[in-house]
Amino acid sequence: MDIDLPKEANKIRQDIIEMLLEAKSGHSAGSLGMADVFTALYLGGVAKHDPKNPAWEERDRVVLSNGHICPVLYATLAHAGYFPREELKTLRKFGSRLQGHPNRFVLPGLEASTGSLGQGLSLACGMAWALRLDQKRNHVWCLTGDGEQDEGQIWEAAMFAGKYKLSNITQIIDRNNIQIDGHTEDVMPLEPLKEKYESFGWHVMETDGHDIEEITHVLNETKKIFEKPSVVIAHTIPGYGVDFMEWKSEWHGKVPCAEEAKNALNQLRSLCGNITSEHE
Amino acid sequence: MLKENYLDRQKVEMKLARQGFGEGIVELAKKNTNVVALGLDITDSVKTGLLRDAFPERFIECGIAEQNAMSIAAGLSLVGKIPFVATYGVFCPGRNWDQLRISVCYNKANVKLAGAHAGISVGPDGATHQALEDIALTRCLPNLIVLAPCDYEEAKKATLAAGEIDGPVYLRFGREATPAFTTLQAPFAIGQAQIFRGGKDVTIIGCGALVYEALQAADQLAKEGVEVEVINSPSIKPLDEETIVTSAKKTGAVVSVEEHQIYGGLGSAVSELLAKKNPAPMEFVGMPDAFGESGQPEELLKKYGMDQETIVAAVKRVIARKS
Ligand SMILES: Cc1ncc(C[n+]2csc(CCOP(=O)(O)OP(=O)(O)O)c2C)c(N)n1
Ligand SMILES: [Mg+2]
Repeated sequence: MDIDLPKEANKIRQDIIEMLLEAKSGHSAGSLGMADVFTALYLGGVAKHDPKNPAWEERDRVVLSNGHICPVLYATLAHAGYFPREELKTLRKFGSRLQGHPNRFVLPGLEASTGSLGQGLSLACGMAWALRLDQKRNHVWCLTGDGEQDEGQIWEAAMFAGKYKLSNITQIIDRNNIQIDGHTEDVMPLEPLKEKYESFGWHVMETDGHDIEEITHVLNETKKIFEKPSVVIAHTIPGYGVDFMEWKSEWHGKVPCAEEAKNALNQLRSLCGNITSEHE
Repeated sequence: MLKENYLDRQKVEMKLARQGFGEGIVELAKKNTNVVALGLDITDSVKTGLLRDAFPERFIECGIAEQNAMSIAAGLSLVGKIPFVATYGVFCPGRNWDQLRISVCYNKANVKLAGAHAGISVGPDGATHQALEDIALTRCLPNLIVLAPCDYEEAKKATLAAGEIDGPVYLRFGREATPAFTTLQAPFAIGQAQIFRGGKDVTIIGCGALVYEALQAADQLAKEGVEVEVINSPSIKPLDEETIVTSAKKTGAVVSVEEHQIYGGLGSAVSELLAKKNPAPMEFVGMPDAFGESGQPEELLKKYGMDQETIVAAVKRVIARKS
């Protein structure tokens, strides 16, 4: 099966816009920015998983530590076939399986309930340690935000993973340079981030967060690293694909109004046209 | 104490309690240069942004680091500052409780902490962001005062009162704009409850925005001939024992109303008091030992039983239990 991954990512972005418009609240910038990484992870053959059998013993574990960007996770899971795409529009509504932050009991494909920043990497460490003890080959993928790196618990987990050489973990940091109060380097400088993780005993790789081929390659490379946990710093553009959202921290937790959504969808659709023209 | 025609839902002004908090900090800061605020990457939403804008040099951005900030605040206060630390209630006092316990309370550090977005009415963000345990977490800590104001005006007064005293104070606010039904002149003091409506058949004791729903319920019940006394108890610790015991003695039945787990909140505090001083049948309106979910505030308040209708039903149940 040959799927056009950039086109898929674009459709995921369109779904995110429609979900957020309908929900009237939620997180736009981070969700749009991570669509390419999620496409690579779930649709590009990086993570081992089976939408028809979410509880498959051999599956990789994906932990969304920055739970607020769950629209991109939900949209990707729907595209992968975990549940019908129509359900995406129930996001954040009363009775919906698509909770404002992930709830693992209600929606198939969610490994952990998250939403309080800084906890996911420790959860991932626990999973990785246990899987290794059981001599399992399942890989643990943990997504975190760059603002989220402010939390002390992240660095407690980083030390733990370094100590136990949890090579079955790959942390993917959404390095979009924004958080709620502004730019990360103004709020709480993270740089040199690569060197920080290296000094904590991690294997560090970086990728353009919008080049699906590169993302796929880099993520797959981390599976080959032994003796060290891996972290991939994914350089993304917050709000990617929608010009008035790109790079703006205001769009962290804001959703488009009807007019803005129309504009956003037009931009994404015309981009989609460009991408597909050579194939059609 | 209450605005004219406050029961008219169409006309009552809707305001953010946390706005009163932010304005209160700025007012304090104008009078006292020692007032500072710590930012936790939700600065505008929790209104410490008002101090940042008025006095940028007295604002300290800590990033998303609630534990660090709580102990930093304690350190600041030990050198004479009056720090305000605010974020969502699930993270403060949720994330940084040990730092609150030791750095702040054990040290009797003059730190004012605030939890915004308390209650199920936080809505679409879902369970992770609905602070329903914060009163329990704070009420049990020695040296800590716990305040849950009922509207904008009272939130401002509570903030001013917190800033005036020496010692740690926790302030609790909701997310939504709620009826601004108390007047500027309404009295406020730490350790004091106010009787918002007199009655002889049953006492409702509430805190936070649900006090307004309690008043609506009382009005509805009055039409059925039930005279409800409604007590606003923003000061959860210290509790106004005299007002509460006197009322319970008079009515012989009590209903507590709060957007908090039924275990450990205002209802628990009142029942502990009454068990000791004046046992009376009691019903508890609050979160029924469950996590919340996404939805609109009204949908959630109804589902989990914290709306006007539930209060009316609880009143009827407790009256039936009177001996
Ligand atoms: C422990 C904790 N503190 C605060 C928050 C509120 N919050 C949600 S998202 C966010 C900013 C996160 O920044 P980043 O990780 O860079 O995500 P981005 O804005 O890029 O999506 C904050 C402070 C939270 N969810 N958890
Ligand atoms: Mg970010």
